[in-house]
Amino acid sequence: MAPPEAVPQAPEAAVSTASAVLEARSVSKRFPGVVALDDVGFSLRAGETHALVGENGAGKSTLIKVLTGVYRPDGGELRMSGEPVRFARPFEAQQVGISTIYQEVNLVPLMSVARNIFLGREPRNRLGLIDFTRMHRETGELLDGFGVRVDPRRPLHTLGVGTQQMVALARAVSVNAQVVIMDEPTSSLEPREVETLFRVIERLRGQGIAVLYVSHRMDELYRICDRVTVLRDGRHIHTGDLAGLDRMQLVSMMLGRDLSEVRRSGVTNFAAEGHEAARTPVLTATGLSSRLQLHDISVSLYAGEVLGLGGLLGSGRSETAKALSGALPLDAGELTVDGTTLKRLTPAAAIRAGISLLPEDRKAEGIVPGLSVRENIVLAAMPRLSRAGVVSRAKQDRIVDIFMKRLRIKASSPEQKVGELSGGNQQKVLLARWLCLEPKVLLLDEPTRGIDVGAKAEVQSLIDDLAREGLAVLLISSDIEELIEGADRIVVLRGGAVAGELSGDDVAEDRLLAVLADHAPEPVDRAPAAQEDPR
Amino acid sequence: MNETKPLPTAPAPVPPAAPAARPAGAEQTGRQRAAELLQRQGVLAVLLAVVIAASFIYPTFASLDNARGVTIQASFLAVVALGMTMVIITGGIDLSVGSVFALGGVLAAWASQYGFLAALLLPLVVCGGIGLLNGFLIARGNMAPFIVTLATLLGARGLLLALTDEGATTYLVPKDSAFGELGQGSVWGFGYPIIIALVLFGAGGLVLQRTSFGQTLFAVGGSSDAATLMGLPVARTKILVYTLSGLLAGLAGALNAARLSSGVTIVGVGMELDAIAAVVIGGTLLVGGAGSISGTLWGVLLLAVIQNLINQIGSLNSSYQSVVSGGFLIVVVVAQRYLARSRRST
Repeated sequence: MAPPEAVPQAPEAAVSTASAVLEARSVSKRFPGVVALDDVGFSLRAGETHALVGENGAGKSTLIKVLTGVYRPDGGELRMSGEPVRFARPFEAQQVGISTIYQEVNLVPLMSVARNIFLGREPRNRLGLIDFTRMHRETGELLDGFGVRVDPRRPLHTLGVGTQQMVALARAVSVNAQVVIMDEPTSSLEPREVETLFRVIERLRGQGIAVLYVSHRMDELYRICDRVTVLRDGRHIHTGDLAGLDRMQLVSMMLGRDLSEVRRSGVTNFAAEGHEAARTPVLTATGLSSRLQLHDISVSLYAGEVLGLGGLLGSGRSETAKALSGALPLDAGELTVDGTTLKRLTPAAAIRAGISLLPEDRKAEGIVPGLSVRENIVLAAMPRLSRAGVVSRAKQDRIVDIFMKRLRIKASSPEQKVGELSGGNQQKVLLARWLCLEPKVLLLDEPTRGIDVGAKAEVQSLIDDLAREGLAVLLISSDIEELIEGADRIVVLRGGAVAGELSGDDVAEDRLLAVLADHAPEPVDRAPAAQEDPR
Repeated sequence: MNETKPLPTAPAPVPPAAPAARPAGAEQTGRQRAAELLQRQGVLAVLLAVVIAASFIYPTFASLDNARGVTIQASFLAVVALGMTMVIITGGIDLSVGSVFALGGVLAAWASQYGFLAALLLPLVVCGGIGLLNGFLIARGNMAPFIVTLATLLGARGLLLALTDEGATTYLVPKDSAFGELGQGSVWGFGYPIIIALVLFGAGGLVLQRTSFGQTLFAVGGSSDAATLMGLPVARTKILVYTLSGLLAGLAGALNAARLSSGVTIVGVGMELDAIAAVVIGGTLLVGGAGSISGTLWGVLLLAVIQNLINQIGSLNSSYQSVVSGGFLIVVVVAQRYLARSRRST
């Protein structure tokens, strides 16, 4: 992989990057239909801990993959200590000293701790064979430095996730790394393990190793990071010291909202006035808890209202929706629908009780692209439409006709394959599928993501109509305007727990941002379950 | 990669089967320990039990002659299963070995008229080439091993039929040639193929446990994504392992031809399934990532002993051998599920 443009860069460029150990210069990466990185510049100094933040689709993971050799950039260049570098494979990035630990532990579960750490660079004895004695000794010494005491011979899968993460970190650091990239390293760690991780990061800083730290947890960022880079929609937004940066400012940069022009205007297609909610809740969830994902979440949904679920990426929004639909295994918690507590929390039980979930990833979890519009719509309603296993075609056609008209699904005929429709129409087909079950509660996870503006408006006004007709709707959206204008009430999540609740006039952008940033200039309405106790 | 420093405490060379890979188990649950033990030593225990029981019941079974017969029978399958073990550890499968085995035999018999070296090299080159093709299509072409090796299974068998005029022509190994001796000669009555197989297993164990290549095989099978992200040469390793499997199958075929003094076209049909069965019975996970050479050796021997016993009984149709082997296979697969579940429960 000889770089074709081996011409030395202009001298002033070299001066400006003297202290940068790793630098990305106007890096671009396109995927079919998406510009994942658009002319992004970024530099990492030796010995600093640098936070990389951004919401979904901001380009964080793409940038990481470019830096670690998984992707090759379409434009721009990477420099390591001022020298242009190109990586054809992850191995080449590792060779120049860039190590990565991924969110999911990327080691081999069935192999021993020592083998995992030394894979690809095993110590040899005089005969050229692997020297296990030395490998185990060095593994022990290495892990001691991380405060981890495990037998190096144990298969990795017998260890806890946190310890596995430490092993991954030990591997990353032991390859003479100059740069260690950590992609949400704490997402599966217990608080005690997080402390160990932070101690290790401090040590790396002392050794002059640069750490790129990706996390959604504001507390962590402010505790251990020196500088921060914000990406949004594939573009570089801001790089600067974290110390002087207000949390509110940081969050508003991530979300792309200018604090000075926070307003409440009719950008979305939601009706300006709220809905008339019933007095008693249709759905009450109490104490939903799932190890490391949800901590004691309690929410109530009333018929005829749209409840917004706010929070940054990784705050547990989707997990909460999944829990409410019985799709997330829970350690504790109860669901009550119309006064009846569900005995077993399974998706089937939730559907029977009248709870429908429109999942976030409609491609993976929702539509069946090879089936027709009709087949996709009646899929979930099959048991109701069939008698002795035979499905009445006339009934199907009637239902499909009603929903295609009502939701204005644009398809050449009910027999057109759903895969051929636009994203917005696919989303409507999914919505129709759940609506023909006549649910009491509709959980919508990012219902307008990835669909065009016109379809978005239609889906939004549809949500409005459904609530007006007496459905209880839970709306998750990363689009702040959509959330503010669509919801009557907003429950804000942070770190898998309820951080606050906004209702009435508090349903406004500045208030929402304040809660998101955990920055409360005035007391924020706190739900009873808002104690920050993680257990 | 090479940061080998002089060893401060130069340890005596450890035998390859050193218990280095044994899990510490100090904090493992009893269930896990039991499952691991079953995985590692289960076949050996069953093999010993069957051999001891059979020795009491059938006096002819325990004879040295019978032992020679059983082991020479098993040696060809063993060589094929050795390659299969490595392939399966990477999470792949090689269905072509049976056809390649037969092709190697015919090529060796044909080439034996040109001397010992030709008889040995021709099948190795051709069969290694088929393995290389398999590996290349699988690793670089990103195709499913099942389909690729099914295609080469058919292709190699077709090539074989073309070479022998649909089996009408049989190539004979010249009498008293050095190549014939390779298959028929023996040390204390134990044929050379047995010794060759044992040497290959020793070398295979060393490669698997004590070289980077061996470790990479486990890593690729355990988690291909992780292996790639760790910067391991995943594609190269896959190509190498299928080439190795082709080479070993060709070698086994050549040895078989030397022993039979001719290239028989009808051998090796379904041999890939026997090899897979032996590997899986030997405790290698069919999904990859875990397994051992020694387990495969015991698995091959167990299959051979069962066949021998059914022949000893005499009144039993030899077809029942497959029934018994099938039974063992099911037991092992159930045990593996158990193992997988105890693993998940951590």
